[in-house]
Amino acid sequence: MAIDLRTVSITPLRQTFGHLARRMGADKPASRYMEATMDLQPVENYHYRPTWEPQYEIFDTRRTAITMKDWYALKDPRQYYYGAWTLARGKMQEVAEGDFDLVDELGLAAAYPAAGKEQALKVFLPLRHVAWASNLNKAFVSSYGYGIAISQATCYASMDQLGVAQYVSRLGLACNDLDALAAAKTAWLEGAEWQELRRYVEDLMVEKDWFEVLVAQDFALEGLLYPLIYERFNEKLNADYSPVFSMLTRFQREWFGETSKWLDAVLKATAADNPENKAQLAAWIGKWRERALVALKPVAVLAFGDEAEAILGELADNLNARAAKAGIAL
Amino acid sequence: MDMKVAKKLGLKERYTLMTRDLAWDTTYQPMDKVFPQTAYEGIKIHDWDKWEDPFRLTMDAYWKYQAEKERKLYAILDGFNQNNGHLSVTDARYMNVLKLFLGSTPPLELMAARGFSMMGRHMQGAGPRVACQMQAVDEYRHFQTQIHSISNYNKYYNGMDEFAHQQSRMWYLSDGKSFFDDAITAGPFEFMVAIGFAFEYVLTNILFVPFISGAAYNGDMAAMTVGFSAQSDEARHMTLGLECIKFMLEQDPDNLPIVQRWIDKWTWRGTRKLASVGMMMDYMLPKRIMSFKEAWEMYVEENGGALFKDLARYGITIPKCFGQTIEEKEHVTHQSWIGFYMKPQATPFHTWIPTPDEMDWLSEKYPNTFDKYYRPVLEYLDAQEKAGNRFDNKTAPMNCQVCVSTIKFNEPGDPMEMCFRESTYQGEKFHFCSDHCQEIFDNEPEKYIQTFISSHQVLQGNCEPDGTDVNAADFKPGQNMLDYWKLDKRALGDFNGSEDQKNFAAWREQATKN
Repeated sequence: MAIDLRTVSITPLRQTFGHLARRMGADKPASRYMEATMDLQPVENYHYRPTWEPQYEIFDTRRTAITMKDWYALKDPRQYYYGAWTLARGKMQEVAEGDFDLVDELGLAAAYPAAGKEQALKVFLPLRHVAWASNLNKAFVSSYGYGIAISQATCYASMDQLGVAQYVSRLGLACNDLDALAAAKTAWLEGAEWQELRRYVEDLMVEKDWFEVLVAQDFALEGLLYPLIYERFNEKLNADYSPVFSMLTRFQREWFGETSKWLDAVLKATAADNPENKAQLAAWIGKWRERALVALKPVAVLAFGDEAEAILGELADNLNARAAKAGIAL
Repeated sequence: MDMKVAKKLGLKERYTLMTRDLAWDTTYQPMDKVFPQTAYEGIKIHDWDKWEDPFRLTMDAYWKYQAEKERKLYAILDGFNQNNGHLSVTDARYMNVLKLFLGSTPPLELMAARGFSMMGRHMQGAGPRVACQMQAVDEYRHFQTQIHSISNYNKYYNGMDEFAHQQSRMWYLSDGKSFFDDAITAGPFEFMVAIGFAFEYVLTNILFVPFISGAAYNGDMAAMTVGFSAQSDEARHMTLGLECIKFMLEQDPDNLPIVQRWIDKWTWRGTRKLASVGMMMDYMLPKRIMSFKEAWEMYVEENGGALFKDLARYGITIPKCFGQTIEEKEHVTHQSWIGFYMKPQATPFHTWIPTPDEMDWLSEKYPNTFDKYYRPVLEYLDAQEKAGNRFDNKTAPMNCQVCVSTIKFNEPGDPMEMCFRESTYQGEKFHFCSDHCQEIFDNEPEKYIQTFISSHQVLQGNCEPDGTDVNAADFKPGQNMLDYWKLDKRALGDFNGSEDQKNFAAWREQATKN
């Protein structure tokens, strides 16, 4: 039985803001995501040109080769405005905290077989620098992306990657091993296994087309790296030893699953806008996927030995399938 | 394996490990290409590692605290809205404070978000970069929670519905827009002085305390909660701005004159921007917190004075404009309100003549100026209004080329004389509201000749609704300004007799009587 509680009912004059009513085609209530996102970035009557790039306006559609009839078509299916995003991450960090506490309480990291631990740390720890680069490259997209839909989603993703870099660092601390973190940094800077990957992320730091950075960093690189490490490598460690590292990297795994949904929706909307976009996305994905495979090969060998090639091949197929689902034929 | 006891890391070491230890100097691409904006402003940085982190917050802790705050905030907003909280404010005139706020503040918070994202990309040192990124994402929070808290008011009152459209078009919002456009188009170090220091540190209290306390004093729990919830974010932002100034000054003595010029410039630009906040405090809040003059004395003269005393050891002197701001504190709010009152067809908020009680309050708070200069004007306007001859200034204003304010402030030392300045650049004359704005122009004329001044642009056919044929034989510029602004006629003019006034009275009656 429903309980009929009453409040004084007053008829509103309007249901929402004008820009949202025009967008929805009717005066009806808008979600908090829409209120926090749509049509908010200034698009006209700028006072001054940037002293750092006077060829552009402050916000300028010409900063990418991609064109859109409506830049707010790049909306987030997760509907993340700041509040929704931070509540979701708040929950994930609570779970992660529980995992780290449990590993500590039960001494699981200390009890982990030495050979397994050594291999795991060699693979995982340099990835804190990859996440750091991802943070920077996403900050670039967020700075120069057009419209609040893309700028806020990439701002949150950039902060997420700072979080990932910190969780990977904590994984090193959970193993009580500062030396391994230092060794991982040396490997990142000098070790042969990591140089192609470092070159990849450093090259992206000077790439000027923000949409290309998004494709190269988020889709091509992370679309291969996350399944490779946070799914496959964890599965291997679980099978060979125990699921401790799966616990300590749960955040990354959940983040990737969730964030891929957003990115795929963005690519799909971009490809659907016009055939030139579709061709441009295909060209970028093709180019950066090949480079990412080269960059990840030695890391995959470090993690999987002889199986590396087969696993990377399979993951590349999965990536192609994601692109195809977004309407991009490679 | 050589095991170290990682758990015993101190807070500072741990934070270093979680931030700047993640960074490295790139080698596949040169650092000056990765961070191309570091050098061009002339600021010299020798050692980014000398940066002292102004706060140490890792992302896990950030998410934990912020999620807790959001949960509480949105629960209160939902409750307030569900229970017709808008009817519990002191007086329907208060809605006009929200209209002024919605038009002027969330759009600027958005620019702060975008600007700090750029800083979070371009600051070469890992320490300041992370701090700027964190401020960027906080600024997303601020503009969004502000919009969310006012969204429900928009359903019931006029003049809030087109803030997104108006942010780049309304003449009186142009000063705030030019302020942030100016900062974001400057280099990263100037941006940090402009927004991080002058705005967030020197002037933040006089901006936020009046709005938030104003909300609290006037029964607006929605805006009040948003403000209180933002306080701990603001505290972080303030420490970042101050650290940035100290860092620049400690890195190289050559930085001092550049930083000093920026402090002079941005303190003045911020002061001009605050005239409308002062007007809100003195004229628009039905229940007043304190006068703008008192707030200026407390937050700027005392706190700001102490701050600059503290910075004196670096060679920083008090901003050049300080003396003028102290003189102006007794004038600007009256001049601004009278200015807005005189333009009843051009703002999405209502104006009114203060009641006799309110005039007496102003006399008490402004013993040197109100009765002498402003009460007679207001009483004259009141008498004219009652006689059916309401003042309506239909001419386009003259605007300052730098701050874009309507030129309406008085000559220093002479309240009866309006202040005008002009400079000639490349054969063209440019006009200013003050010596300080003129000096800003003269330092960077090539930047400020670009200013978008709508009273000029309208004459060139650049302020017309979409689809207007400006080449048509019968085209007259500015005939369709209301359409260009999407300004609802119900939102214009006097509060007395407005739909807001009538609806509020009727709804309150409905909510409180049987």
